Amino acid sequence: MITPVILLSKDNMTVLREQDVVPFRNRVKEYAIKIRMGLVNQTKLITAASELARNMLKYANGGIVSIETIARGRESGIRLTFKDEGPGIADVNLALKDGFSTGKSLGLGLPGARRLASEFEINSEIGKGTKVMIIKWANG
Amino acid sequence: MDKIPILRMGRFLLVTIQVDLYDKLALDLEADLIKMVGKTNARGILIDISAVNIVDSFMGRIISNIGAMAKLVDAETVVVGMQPAVAITLVELGLPLRGVYTALNVEKGMDLLKSKVLREEETDPDDDYAGDSSV
Ligand SMILES: Nc1ncnc2c1ncn2[C@@H]1O[C@H](COP(=O)(O)OP(=O)(O)OP(=O)(O)O)[C@@H](O)[C@H]1O
Ligand SMILES: [Mg+2]
Repeated sequence: MITPVILLSKDNMTVLREQDVVPFRNRVKEYAIKIRMGLVNQTKLITAASELARNMLKYANGGIVSIETIARGRESGIRLTFKDEGPGIADVNLALKDGFSTGKSLGLGLPGARRLASEFEINSEIGKGTKVMIIKWANG
Repeated sequence: MDKIPILRMGRFLLVTIQVDLYDKLALDLEADLIKMVGKTNARGILIDISAVNIVDSFMGRIISNIGAMAKLVDAETVVVGMQPAVAITLVELGLPLRGVYTALNVEKGMDLLKSKVLREEETDPDDDYAGDSSV
């Protein structure tokens, strides 16, 4: 039997400018503290969030993030969903490889965020946009 | 706060990062440090990040850039005080801090810088403290 995910709270934030990244990170941190996520997991979550927010800014001129507190069984966690209406990603599997970048960068953001999160999901459609969902469980 | 102060301590520059840097601030710091190294003939840069809660790939790149550019003008860079949670996260992110040394705290970082710079100067008879012009 699959244990259902229960939504406990939901908040939205737009990330449209570079200056939005730090307040966004702080907001995520507040929610993580509320569910008593440990410091290491908090740091991992916020770092992953920062990478994904930056990608949204750099490649899609920004987007919206929903910050949700969720529970599954006795676990609680933070779910972040990054949605943009940018150009989309042609080859998601390639984009998830360490070192792949169309922005002359390190190509660490996506694969790094995937490693740092407990769960990771990405959907992208050329010309429509990209949606990335991550979950970090408080103890996971 | 719209500028990160750079302190001069003898032949070293000391920077304490007190806030989670937003990008503009970080880029300014990079530029300021490089200018300052050139101007003061500093031989080392010490960056204290003990108050920094997160280092993402952007910040990591800035730190590596500072290290690389300092090397070009013959200065070494030491990053000190990285929080354990930040260090663990950086490893998982897959981000190596290239071109910089790391040390536990400011004191150890200073020792490290001194040992690097002094060792070079011992083996380099042309380098002369007295002839070093200050600003
Ligand atoms: N939201 C997005 N919209 C469109 N393309 C994206 C998006 N996010 C990532 N990409 C594409 O995926 C590639 C890999 O992203 P990733 O974050 O891993 O690396 P990067 O941003 O290029 O470099 P780094 O994050 O290390 O600075 C990007 O170069 C870009 O082509
Ligand atoms: Mg990226």
